[in-house]
Amino acid sequence: MTDNAVPLRLHIPQPVARPGDASRFDYLSFVPGAAVQRPEFDTPEPELREFPYGLIRVIGEDNAAWDPGLDPEMMRSGLRAMLQTRLFEDRMFRAHRQGKTSFFMKSTGEEAIGVAQSLALAPGDMCFPTYRVQGWLIARDYPLEDMINQIYSNEKDPLKGRQLPILYSARDYGFYSLSGNVGSRFGHAVGWAMASAYKGACHIALGYIGEGTTAEGDFHEALTFASVYRAPAILVITNNQWAISSFAGIAGAEQTTFAAKALAYGLPGLRVDGNDFLAVWAATKWAADRARANLGATVIEFVTYRVAGHSTSDDPTKYRPADEPSHWPLGDPIERLKVHLIDVGEWSEERHAQLESELTETLRAAQRAAEAIGTLGKSKPSVAEMFEGVFKELDWRAIEQRREIGI
Amino acid sequence: MATMTMIQALNSALDVKLGDDPDTLIFGQDVGYFGGVFRVTDGLQKKHGMQRCFDAPISEGGIIATAIGMGAYGLRPVPEIQFADYILPAFDQLVSEAARLRYRSNGEFWAPITVRSPYGGGIFGGQTHSQSPEAIFAHITGLKTVIPSNPFDAKGLLIAAIEDDDPVIFLEPKRLYNGPFDGRHDQALKTWAGDPTAEVPEGHYTVPLGKAAIVRQGSEATILAYGTMVHVAKAGIADSGVDAELIDLRSIVPLDVDTIVASVTKTGRCVILHEASRFGGFGGELAALVQERCFWALKSPIERVAGWDTPYPHAFEWDYFPGPGRLAKALKRTMENH
Ligand SMILES: Cc1ncc(C[n+]2csc(CCOP(=O)(O)OP(=O)(O)O)c2C)c(N)n1
Repeated sequence: MTDNAVPLRLHIPQPVARPGDASRFDYLSFVPGAAVQRPEFDTPEPELREFPYGLIRVIGEDNAAWDPGLDPEMMRSGLRAMLQTRLFEDRMFRAHRQGKTSFFMKSTGEEAIGVAQSLALAPGDMCFPTYRVQGWLIARDYPLEDMINQIYSNEKDPLKGRQLPILYSARDYGFYSLSGNVGSRFGHAVGWAMASAYKGACHIALGYIGEGTTAEGDFHEALTFASVYRAPAILVITNNQWAISSFAGIAGAEQTTFAAKALAYGLPGLRVDGNDFLAVWAATKWAADRARANLGATVIEFVTYRVAGHSTSDDPTKYRPADEPSHWPLGDPIERLKVHLIDVGEWSEERHAQLESELTETLRAAQRAAEAIGTLGKSKPSVAEMFEGVFKELDWRAIEQRREIGI
Repeated sequence: MATMTMIQALNSALDVKLGDDPDTLIFGQDVGYFGGVFRVTDGLQKKHGMQRCFDAPISEGGIIATAIGMGAYGLRPVPEIQFADYILPAFDQLVSEAARLRYRSNGEFWAPITVRSPYGGGIFGGQTHSQSPEAIFAHITGLKTVIPSNPFDAKGLLIAAIEDDDPVIFLEPKRLYNGPFDGRHDQALKTWAGDPTAEVPEGHYTVPLGKAAIVRQGSEATILAYGTMVHVAKAGIADSGVDAELIDLRSIVPLDVDTIVASVTKTGRCVILHEASRFGGFGGELAALVQERCFWALKSPIERVAGWDTPYPHAFEWDYFPGPGRLAKALKRTMENH
C-alpha cells in the first residue's frame, strides 16, 4: 500500500454567486461567432469537433454563414408566438396565485427554443417536449382555450383531469405526452425516430432535455441508441443554468460543455445561443437536413437562462442573487428579434405595441371562455373519467370500483 | 421539549446524526444550500459544512448507487430522493444491489443507507408527485420500509433508521409535513401545534423499527394503517361510532405481527387502510397474514380500504384518496355483516 502525499479530498461544486453576492457569468466562455463557420450539413463528424466549444450566434454577430435567411413574415410569426407565450405564462402564473390552478411553470427567457423549432420543423415531425417548450404549441396555433382548460383541470380539459397542468399532450401538433419524470422521454424520441427510419417515412424526432437532467441515465442511453442506429433525431439540451436550486456545475458544467457530451458517442454537437431566434432556427435546420439525409442524430446545446423561478412552488432569490437575470449576457430572445426586425426595416415599436395589445385581447378572451367553464375545483370532468384509459378496455376492478362510488 | 412540525422533527433527526456521527452524510437534489424542496434539510449545510450535506445530480440511479458504494466503505449516507415517484429510476440499484449486498457477499459488504423520500398524495401533485410505492419495496426481501405518522415518531424512527445496518426506505407522508390530515379536504388545515406527538425532544432518541403503536384502544374491530391514513382512520372511527382499535404500523418491514395478531384476536374484526392502489397493495399481505393467524377469531371478512386501481389522477384527487367516509362505511359493514 502506498501512502498518498496529500490526503484525498471530496470536491463539491459551488456556483460563483449566491444571494448577497454580485451576479457573475464570466465562467461561460463564448468563442465569437466567426470561430464557427457553418459547415455543410453532411460534413463527417470528426471534422465538427470544435463546435461543442464554440457558440453559434446570428443576431448582432454579422454571421452571414449561419443566417437562415428567413423571410420577414416568418420572423414576425416567431416574434408573435414568443410574445404570446410570454403573455400567456404571465397570465397563468397570476391565475395560480389566484387559486385557479394547482401548479404552473414558465419558460421566460427561453421562448426562442420551442417557438423557432416548432416553426422550423415539418408538421409530421414529432417533438418530445419538456415543460418549458409550450411555445411549440403556441407557434402552431394550438387553441389557447384548450391549454387553459387543461391548466384549470376543468370539464373541458383535453386530458380529462388525469394529468398535472402544463403537462400537455397534443399529437396532432407534433407534441408528445409529457411525463413528470424528467428525462424519461428522451429515449422515446430516439425510438420514434428509429421507427420512422424503419418504416421508410420522412419524419424526424426532436427530443428535449434540461441540462440538469443530462445526469439521468436516460440521456446517455438515448445518445447510445441514437448513435448506434443513426436515428433521424435532434437531441436538444436546454442549458438554462439552473435545475431548481442546483447550478449547472452539479450536472458537470465545470468540466466541459453539454454539447461536448456528444463527442463520446460519435455524434455532432452544436453549442448555440438559445436566446437568438435565428441561431436556434439555423442550428435546427442544419441538424434536420442531416437527419433527413440519413446521416443520423445531432446533439444541440442551447445556452440560455431561466429568468423565472423553477415553478410556482419555487423562490429563486433563496439560492441565487436576486438581480442575476438582469446580468445574463445573452439578452432576451423577444427583445433581440424585435430589435433585429426593426433594424432591417420590417418592424416598429408602434407595430410591436399594437401586437402586444392584440395578443393580450386574444388571451383575455381565451381565459374568459375557460373560466366560464370553471377553474380548479369549480368544474371537472366526470368522475367516471378517473377509471378510463388505464387499459384500452375497463377491467373488472374499474367496473366494481366505479360501482362502489355510485357511477 | 419543543413543539415541532414533522419537517422540523426530521431536520432535527438529521442534525443530531450529523452532529454525533462523522460518517453520516446527506446528499440529494437541492438538499444543500437550498435545504430541499420541502425544506427538510434546511440549514444543515450551513451548520455542518459542504461535505456533510450537498446537492446531487438529477440521477436517482446514480444517487443510490453512490450511496451503496459509500455504505460499503463504512459511511452511513442518507440520500434524499425528491419525490418517492422518482425512486423508480433507482429501483434496480435498490432491489438488485442494496437489498442483497449482505446476503450475496456472505456478510463481507453491506449497505447501511437510509433513503428518505416524501411520498403520498393530497397535494394536487398529479400522477408523478403523489404515488405510494411502499408495497413494491415490501416485496423485496432485504429492504426495510418505514413510514412515520407524526413528528415524534418521525424523528425517533429516522435516527433508528440511520443507525440501522440495513438499507432502509424512509417514506415521509408529505401531506403530514405541516400538520395532521384527516382526509377532510374541504375543511381548514390543522397544524401540529397542540398535538401531543409534536412534543419532540431536542436531542438523541430512537423509536425502534418494527414496533407498531396502538393509537386508540378499542374492542369491536382493528384498523391497520400507517402514515397519513392513521389520521384518516381516527376521523373515520369517530364518524362510524364503532369502538375500533387503531394500530399505526410505523414500519411495514419489519412488521410487528404480534401486535396485529393480539389485536385482531381480541376484536375479531379487521379493516386495512392504505392510500396506495388496492390490487397487489400491502393490504393484501396484511389480509393474508391476519387470515392465516387469526382465522378462528374472525367474526367477519377482512376489509380493505385503499386508493382505486388507477394512476393518481390530478383533478380527482379527493375521489381517489381513501377518506374517512369510506373507512366509516367499511367499519359499519364489518359490524353489520355478522
Ligand atoms: C426523475 C425525476 N427526478 C426528479 C424530478 C424533480 N425535478 C423536477 S424538475 C427538476 C429540475 C430539472 O432541471 P433541468 O433538467 O435543468 O430543467 P429546467 O427545469 O431547468 O428546465 C427536478 C429535479 C423529476 N421531476 N423527475
